[in-house]
Amino acid sequence: MKLTLKIWRQKNADTKGKIVDYPIDGIDGDMSFLEMLDILNEELINKNEEPVAFDHDCREGICGMCSLHINGEPHGPDKGITTCQLHMRMFKDGDTIFIEPFRANAFPVIKDLVVDRSSFDRIQHAGGFISVNTSGNTIDANAIPINKHDADEAFEAATCIGCGACVASCKNSSAMLFVAAKVSQFALLPQGKVEATDRVLNMVKQMDEEGFGNCTNTGACEVECPKGISLEYIARMNREYLAASLKG
Amino acid sequence: MGGIFNSSVGRKFAMALSAFFLMIFLVQHFAINMLSVFSADVFNDVSHFMGTNWVVQYIAQPILILGVLFHFAMGMVLEIRNRNARSIGYVKYNGNANSTWMSRNMIYTGAVILLFLGLHFYDFWFPEIQMKFIDGDMSGLLPNGEYRYFEHLQHKFVDVWRVALYCLAFVFLALHLLHGFSSAFQSVGANNKYTRGLRGFGKAYAIIIPLGFIFIALYHHFN
Repeated sequence: MKLTLKIWRQKNADTKGKIVDYPIDGIDGDMSFLEMLDILNEELINKNEEPVAFDHDCREGICGMCSLHINGEPHGPDKGITTCQLHMRMFKDGDTIFIEPFRANAFPVIKDLVVDRSSFDRIQHAGGFISVNTSGNTIDANAIPINKHDADEAFEAATCIGCGACVASCKNSSAMLFVAAKVSQFALLPQGKVEATDRVLNMVKQMDEEGFGNCTNTGACEVECPKGISLEYIARMNREYLAASLKG
Repeated sequence: MGGIFNSSVGRKFAMALSAFFLMIFLVQHFAINMLSVFSADVFNDVSHFMGTNWVVQYIAQPILILGVLFHFAMGMVLEIRNRNARSIGYVKYNGNANSTWMSRNMIYTGAVILLFLGLHFYDFWFPEIQMKFIDGDMSGLLPNGEYRYFEHLQHKFVDVWRVALYCLAFVFLALHLLHGFSSAFQSVGANNKYTRGLRGFGKAYAIIIPLGFIFIALYHHFN
């Protein structure tokens, strides 16, 4: 497969970036997208050029490290996957592929396609801990009865890997799907109810301070989320937040 | 509760509340306008009541105008904040892959509706205010002793270009409502087993109400 890659190159956070064209040949449909970038980087290194910087880690769709905005969509044209799970069979011989970093002021570009997503960490930090008695008589989590519906919903929310595709896909750069998942995974369980009020208020406050946009319910985040986190969680967070605000 | 409306979730909530208020008003406006198709006398009677009742004039009407202004102002605030959240845009952005055109362009459909409101006020509201509160004529009567409301309505829909503008505005209203209806419910946290049905109802509302307004405009143009 012969392709033309249009890749965002940016030396560092302080310089202006631009799209640079890279023709590439010999790409197999069974390769992953990141393997294709590995091949490009091998070629660039052999030519004594700077390789393209991009984030990756587990390459199994679990860690949430890989990002990339590919042909106008976070994680590329396939659905329910991260970039590392995207395969080159999704493209045709002769295609031109635009590869850009996730865009949001709260995700500043560090270099090329690598963005700083530590704003997500700070939001989670703002959520704080849950209260668990660890003085020697800790109740085993499995011994606390939780109805299946709540357990399933909490688990679904907890599958969020914090990749940032929700922010990247949203025309408003809103992080509400991420925050909603993180709020819900605790709010649905008895262990998380003690600090539920403070948690949602603090996480939303931090989200706003980080400079993410306001959600206008376009639903793009739900479609592009590799873990299929539903908009229902945003509605749940809205309810949690409004109730918490009334409590003061 | 103090900071609620300074937060992103609170702003969504406020936007949704004003949207609910405006959507309820739209049904009431539609119902009264529809009377003009069935009976000029009933339309005149109801219009006169609405135009002279002090609760409608001095309580409901100011609240409605404030509601429209608030909805528009909050929409602008949200749009500006959201644009500022991404200083550098994508070179290639495929919005159609994950969202509807209506959901991404609420500010533009809303702006068209606001422009239409300017025309609508010029046609109907300003003449009413002039007659009632400046000229002091609260009778609602023409020199021939009949109510003026139905005749005023028919007179406005003679011009084909005005009718075309009204119809175009109602198309934009439909586009705005196609996303706005379900979005308002989502913003107040209503997403549950009834959501699917609510979305269906919302789509029906978003099509039937503007289509009804188009029908009324065309009816009076051709009669």
